[in-house]
Amino acid sequence: MKRIALAVIAALVSAPALAGVVVKDAWIRATVPHQKTTGAFMQIVSDRDARLVGARCPLAGTVELHEMTMTDNMMRMRAVDGIDLPAGRTVTLKPGGFHVMLFDLRRPIHAGDTVPLSIVVEMPDKSRETIEVEAHAVPLGASHAHGMHDH
Amino acid sequence: MNRRSWLACCAGLTLTLALAGCNPDAPHFNSVDVTGADFGKDFHLTDPDGNPRSLADFRGKVVMLFFGFTQCPDVCPTTLARAVRIRKLLGSEGDRLQVLFVTVDPERDTPEILREYTHAFDPSFIGLYGDAAATKKAADEFRVFYRKVPTGSSYTMDHTAMSYVIDPQGRLRLAVRHEERAQDVAEDIRTLLKTSS
Repeated sequence: MKRIALAVIAALVSAPALAGVVVKDAWIRATVPHQKTTGAFMQIVSDRDARLVGARCPLAGTVELHEMTMTDNMMRMRAVDGIDLPAGRTVTLKPGGFHVMLFDLRRPIHAGDTVPLSIVVEMPDKSRETIEVEAHAVPLGASHAHGMHDH
Repeated sequence: MNRRSWLACCAGLTLTLALAGCNPDAPHFNSVDVTGADFGKDFHLTDPDGNPRSLADFRGKVVMLFFGFTQCPDVCPTTLARAVRIRKLLGSEGDRLQVLFVTVDPERDTPEILREYTHAFDPSFIGLYGDAAATKKAADEFRVFYRKVPTGSSYTMDHTAMSYVIDPQGRLRLAVRHEERAQDVAEDIRTLLKTSS
């Protein structure tokens, strides 16, 4: 019994519980007045197999995780319930793939704004971590935003 | 575009290429050459100032036409940002390119939003809208598909992500895929400006 307790304590001490997920280069597209939606993009790396399962933003009524796909020149967007974050691999949310979709914006987002986002990551043991992210707003017409490739 | 209409489009393209093969002067394009297509002849829509607009209004210019919606986070801004670059790459000829953005979501895209949106990219770009029937008619004429898809408390739109290029005589000439590079499209437009005077 004592040995098990010690093992549990050792696991708690050694597990890098809150340093496991790193988000960088988060950006969001600025909007024009009355435009109620926009997308946010970022790079995420987790040191353990994990799964991005949600996001929140104080400026948005609803936030969903979306995937964009292109088939026969037809663009489709669908909500997904999660995005896998394989251990050690950088997962990039970018145009043409996954994005964080913000609905019902409470105010327009101006280029240069810093927009707070919280992303929720589920660990293999089903525990959830919330990571605070600051997304940099780029102009609507910017063609060379972070992580965007030149078409 | 669904597979069947894409195949029909390709069949038309093959015929066009066969015909072009007889003409050594036929220009080469990076985009898909749809010259002679039996669709995409005209549209009847409204600009944000309330003026009725059709293709004939833009004779003398190359028109780049794209169907999308302003609440679109990905493909639409990417396509319009490319159009900005294309216009810049054309330099002094940039004024002979008219970019038109037709909303497939007239329910949410009011004239005010359309104006703000296209102007955020380039003040020369024009947003166009119609009621549900006029939108459907214009999209059908250009073989553009769109569909409302509910998501959570809101909805998004599936839609064809191709742009069309119409020459200064008002004839549909090119279908530009989403992946096409700005430089290649600018080159195509220069060719059109040179060869269709």
